[in-house]
Amino acid sequence: MRLSGLRVLREGLTGNKGWQAHWRDATPKSDYDVVIIGGGGHGLSTAYYLAKKHGITNVAVLEKGYLGGGNVGRNTTIVRANYFLPGNSEFYSHSLKLWEGLEEDLNYNVMHSQRGQIVLFHSDGQRDAAARRGNAMRNQGDDAELLSVAELERMVPYLDYDQARFPIYGGLLQRRAGTARHDAVAWGYARGASDRGVDLIQNCEVTGIDIENGRVRGVQTTRGAIRARKLAIVVAGRSSQVAAMAGIRLPIESHVLQAFVTEGLKPCIDHVISFGMGHFYISQSDKGGLVFGGDLDMYASYAARGNLPLVEHVMEAGMTLMPMIGNARVLRSWGGIMDMSPDGSPVMDHAGIDGLYLNCGWCYGGFKAVPGSGDAMAHLIATDRPHPAATGFRLDRFATGRGLMDEEGTGAQHNLH
Amino acid sequence: MRLVCPVCGERDRREFYYQGAALAQPEGEEWGPHWDDYLHNRDNPAGVTRDMWQHEQGCGAWLIVTRDTVSHTVLRCDLAVGARA
Repeated sequence: MRLSGLRVLREGLTGNKGWQAHWRDATPKSDYDVVIIGGGGHGLSTAYYLAKKHGITNVAVLEKGYLGGGNVGRNTTIVRANYFLPGNSEFYSHSLKLWEGLEEDLNYNVMHSQRGQIVLFHSDGQRDAAARRGNAMRNQGDDAELLSVAELERMVPYLDYDQARFPIYGGLLQRRAGTARHDAVAWGYARGASDRGVDLIQNCEVTGIDIENGRVRGVQTTRGAIRARKLAIVVAGRSSQVAAMAGIRLPIESHVLQAFVTEGLKPCIDHVISFGMGHFYISQSDKGGLVFGGDLDMYASYAARGNLPLVEHVMEAGMTLMPMIGNARVLRSWGGIMDMSPDGSPVMDHAGIDGLYLNCGWCYGGFKAVPGSGDAMAHLIATDRPHPAATGFRLDRFATGRGLMDEEGTGAQHNLH
Repeated sequence: MRLVCPVCGERDRREFYYQGAALAQPEGEEWGPHWDDYLHNRDNPAGVTRDMWQHEQGCGAWLIVTRDTVSHTVLRCDLAVGARA
């Protein structure tokens, strides 16, 4: 069923009786060419690009809960390509380009809004670092503009510019950055994959991975055994548990990252604003809620909910930056489980077992990566070679020390990202 | 979350610095898979884990905390001194 504005109008006039489910809720077959564990953003986009670009349609996506019920449904929806280091830079650039054509490609409204992201800086040294990052972004072919305080004051007059602790010296703007409707991204990819023959199987938890003579044979699940010639683990948040079924111990520590949303307000914050020094970032959803978050709770956790000290810290940072939001009431908060890698960058690689592929370690940056990750993962599975935009995400970089992608420059150590 | 420092008693989580999984440091200084494993790879359990914390804003003692990563229940806090990681 092709979606269009005309179709919405016609359905509206005829009682909305013509809509169908957007994807098939499939039951598992006994055998697939490719099985993808994980029906989140990355798993669904991997399935979509496998079918669309590589013609591989005998594919199952296994999801232990419901589609899009993990981190793709629990994030703060920011889409950007402002990375500094080779390896990350070209990948997120590629992903942003896919975002820009995504609605046409999927025939699905993912409400991608390129409203611009402003990263604030608060000292001369930080201005130099922002200028350098901006130049790196432009060298990659993406956009970046260094904004003075006067320019910022015109764009975002409601910031507290003269605060004593972190006076605002300017900002780095990427106009092509923005937000998207997170659930719709999962639904759009699910629909696109399902239409091309991919089986999307919900309530199907993988309980074991079958390996014979160093080669993947399939998986054991709560809905029976499924054979697979190739198997992809795309379960960020639970990567360590699933990889352990294949005897792999990953360089991953799971942490909780909290986010918050206020009651719906009239439009007041037009951009994504990042206040790194205060550990705070914010945007306004199309429903009007202010969506904001901060840093990790900073201890290993699978609780999908955080602790109060971080809540207080984030609220304080927000009030420091933009005192006007103090009148808004917080509607709810939640936590997502982040696959934290030692250098803060992801892993997309062979797992060292024939036919087994890993996609994990997205830290707190998985949402914007959904299109790029799916495209690159599908390429890796289909061709056994890394996608040109994702050659840096090697699993062995920690063991060799070569090609570490430590954007924050703090060292490739677990508790530093 | 509150941790019970064996020296100072029950204190707010904010007084403590989190280091990570409590692991035994490998012998010797030569780089090898055992050092890679120690520095990078983790069991990362969803359930009971043992990790290192420091009572940074209190007595400064290093602690080995046994706790549940799913429920956030703290089961034990022991001084790291004398304990085998």
